[in-house]
Amino acid sequence: MRAQGGSTATQPSGKPEQPRKSGASAPRPDANETKTAFSPRVAPGLKPNDIGMSQRGAEAPLFHEFLRLSVLRLAVSAVILVSCGVFSSPLRAQVTFERLLNAGKEPQNWLTYSGDYSGRRFSTLDQINTKNAHTVVAKWVYQTGATGKLETTPLVVDGILYATAQDDRAFALDARTGRPIWMYQHQLPGDIRPCCGHVNRGLAILGDKVFLGTLDAHVIALDSKTGNVVWDVVAADYQKGYSFTVAPLAVKDLVVLGVSGGEYGVRGFIDGYDAATGERKWRFYTVPGPGEPGHETWEGDSWKVGGAPAWNTGTYDAVTNQIFWPTGNPAPSNRGEGRAGDNLYSNTLLALNAQTGKMNWYFQFTKHDEHDWDATEIPVMIDVEKPDSGGKQLIAQANRNGFFYVIDRANGKLISANPYGKTTWSDTKDAYGRPVANKAASPTLEGHTVCPGALGTTNFMAPAFDQQTALFYVTARDQCDIFSTAPQPYEAGHAYYGSAYFPSEEAEPFRGFLKAIDPQTGEIKWKFEHTSPTWSGVLATAGGLVFTGDAEGNFIALDAAAGKPLWHFQMGGAVYAAPIAFAVDGKEYVAIAAGSAVYAFGLP
Amino acid sequence: MAKSISVWMIVVFFAIIPARAADDHNPYAGDAKAAKAGQYEFRINCALCHGLGAHGGGRGPDLTRAQKKHAHSDAEMFQVISNGIPGTAMPANGTNGQGVGMTDEEIWQIITYIRSVEVKASAKAAGNATHGKELFNGDANCSLCHMVEGKGGRLGPELTEVGNSRTREAIIDSVRNPSRRLAWGLSESTKEFPQEYDTITVVTADGKQIKGVALNEDNFSVQIMDSSEQIHSLEKDKLRSFQKSRESMMPPYNADALSDKDLADIVAFLASVGEK
Repeated sequence: MRAQGGSTATQPSGKPEQPRKSGASAPRPDANETKTAFSPRVAPGLKPNDIGMSQRGAEAPLFHEFLRLSVLRLAVSAVILVSCGVFSSPLRAQVTFERLLNAGKEPQNWLTYSGDYSGRRFSTLDQINTKNAHTVVAKWVYQTGATGKLETTPLVVDGILYATAQDDRAFALDARTGRPIWMYQHQLPGDIRPCCGHVNRGLAILGDKVFLGTLDAHVIALDSKTGNVVWDVVAADYQKGYSFTVAPLAVKDLVVLGVSGGEYGVRGFIDGYDAATGERKWRFYTVPGPGEPGHETWEGDSWKVGGAPAWNTGTYDAVTNQIFWPTGNPAPSNRGEGRAGDNLYSNTLLALNAQTGKMNWYFQFTKHDEHDWDATEIPVMIDVEKPDSGGKQLIAQANRNGFFYVIDRANGKLISANPYGKTTWSDTKDAYGRPVANKAASPTLEGHTVCPGALGTTNFMAPAFDQQTALFYVTARDQCDIFSTAPQPYEAGHAYYGSAYFPSEEAEPFRGFLKAIDPQTGEIKWKFEHTSPTWSGVLATAGGLVFTGDAEGNFIALDAAAGKPLWHFQMGGAVYAAPIAFAVDGKEYVAIAAGSAVYAFGLP
Repeated sequence: MAKSISVWMIVVFFAIIPARAADDHNPYAGDAKAAKAGQYEFRINCALCHGLGAHGGGRGPDLTRAQKKHAHSDAEMFQVISNGIPGTAMPANGTNGQGVGMTDEEIWQIITYIRSVEVKASAKAAGNATHGKELFNGDANCSLCHMVEGKGGRLGPELTEVGNSRTREAIIDSVRNPSRRLAWGLSESTKEFPQEYDTITVVTADGKQIKGVALNEDNFSVQIMDSSEQIHSLEKDKLRSFQKSRESMMPPYNADALSDKDLADIVAFLASVGEK
């Protein structure tokens, strides 16, 4: 069912070529460790080891195992029923669009990548707060069995936690105990082309389905109760470098997600799929084709391989029915020669009509980028009460290029752009207040130093906006890189950078921070310096706390007002994920992925 | 038994055939155009550790040396680039979590490039290795803090492999200016271990001062080794003071302390050990 090219229309594949469901039939990396004799008797989606069964000799009576599994499965089911029906919220089988719109009214759940449509990653739960944070303990740990970077943000709905792991694993856990309910692993081909690890950042949920974008550019709907595949469609040709790592966003009856592949010369796009059927309802190409506005910003045929992926989750404004979705670097990522022009809509914030995918307005952060400064950071919707204007609806984004942008979300007009880290690429601003690149910032053959480096002042790590302190919290890095040109011809499916970059000694050692920015002024109210830069995202809660992780494996709670660390726990693995908060049985939990595990914490 | 042998023969047959076809022969050997393409691929994929011109960096060996420790033939170089070198910082192609892996074609181009810049110099570094060994373990006091082949101190980096993994210039610079670059930490995703030999000075709650080399550190704790090789595990919030410095505990050896000739002898010693 593989599409022939990036532009080929997507077809729902009613019958996948091979069973994709995990458990009894689908191959798993650890299949050899599982006694296959038992597998056919395992409930769909479960395998013996997952529910606490020890390895036994083949002589063990099978019926005994079957009985054991059935009992355990009943127990798991009972837990689900109990958590859904008795203790927390009334039994609600469906996650409706209404619930997503009003996610703030059910703080026990975490319904979208950023918690709600605003992108604020703020929880109104306050049971864990500045007074008792020092007493927080680990409640459970779930080992995913995956290796590499775990970038997932879990969802929590009525006592069930849904998350993903490397190589397109998805799983559902009992949110109270961490015990698995189902697991799924997409069957990936051996020649996928992820740029930066076999990562996935999470799921979307709508109705009775969760939605997964895969490294071979499939979009898959799984039944949220069983993990069974409901539909599986191919969005683009992974052999040309297209992939998905993004957590999709469910809006009304659509599943919206953007593609990865900026390192392979893809032509970027954002897609909207019918959540019920998988039919693609719209596609917005982030690099305009001939005859479309913006096409003139590309030299010759460079638009065909212009990049501008859209690999981080956008936000949604119900009032104007717009999704705000940011895009990444033009390709080749570090060489502007051959693609003269602004290269729209790379490194741009797009405001798209949620139903049609048509663009209402755009704002480009870095024109004609030559430093891999994807502008894919979360566009956070914030509202500012101004006595003179009577209030303003804004978008705040801490950009990878080192500037903190505030934009009017009605029209895309720039309000302010202030540096929040070490930057050397821009000394001037244009008539609209946008930072303009110095000529000297371009990469050269000999190489020269530019700050921030290619990893950016921030990157995919999710920020948070605290409604109580009115501060924007973001993980930041001070690192400069030497950018040196190294021209590469475009070849389908091959790396397409056009330059080499490596850390410059000028900024050794690199420094990493959690920074609290006042969006009204751009002022940094406080910063907490980490031992080394971290890739962790941030969560803010009404308990007056900010949670984040560090590169050395600590999960940390800080006082949101002053940045003072109040509690930490050593998880034993670096953090590349962002925290969430939820509640089960009326008790607040905070969860985050680190190393190869998901951790949940709470009060003793 | 016969069955298992024939199964093995089939396994071996299939294991060998594709390997021969794909990995044994450099299709670009001596091709100047491929070497140019390889130069750019090298800059993107290898220069971080091996330097822009393959002369070696602070982290990786000089690849312009004709004699290489882990690979002699092009086919062996292909294996090293594809699979990495276990136990060293050399990663397998495409596994450092950052950036895209190279195709076979690109690997061959890189090998062709490396061959084009090799210098057919004498493999023996200038200097008297025997005298260098005496100095290392004697008057120059190197072995007080550095271990070579199981002998020596523990405070500084182990140096058995250093003659192979660092350029001569990098070793000399590290002796003359030890603080210029402490053992470089790679960017996190490729970092093997956090140890960067920062100097830590603390005063404990009961007023005791401890100075040593950082073995590890996070936001809340630090593990250090003092000059008598005692390991201290400390919680930062329980300390009266905590200071971290990029000034190495190793004293700089200027030409008065160690002549150019003596230093060359020590480097020759390290090179002779590293090449074993």
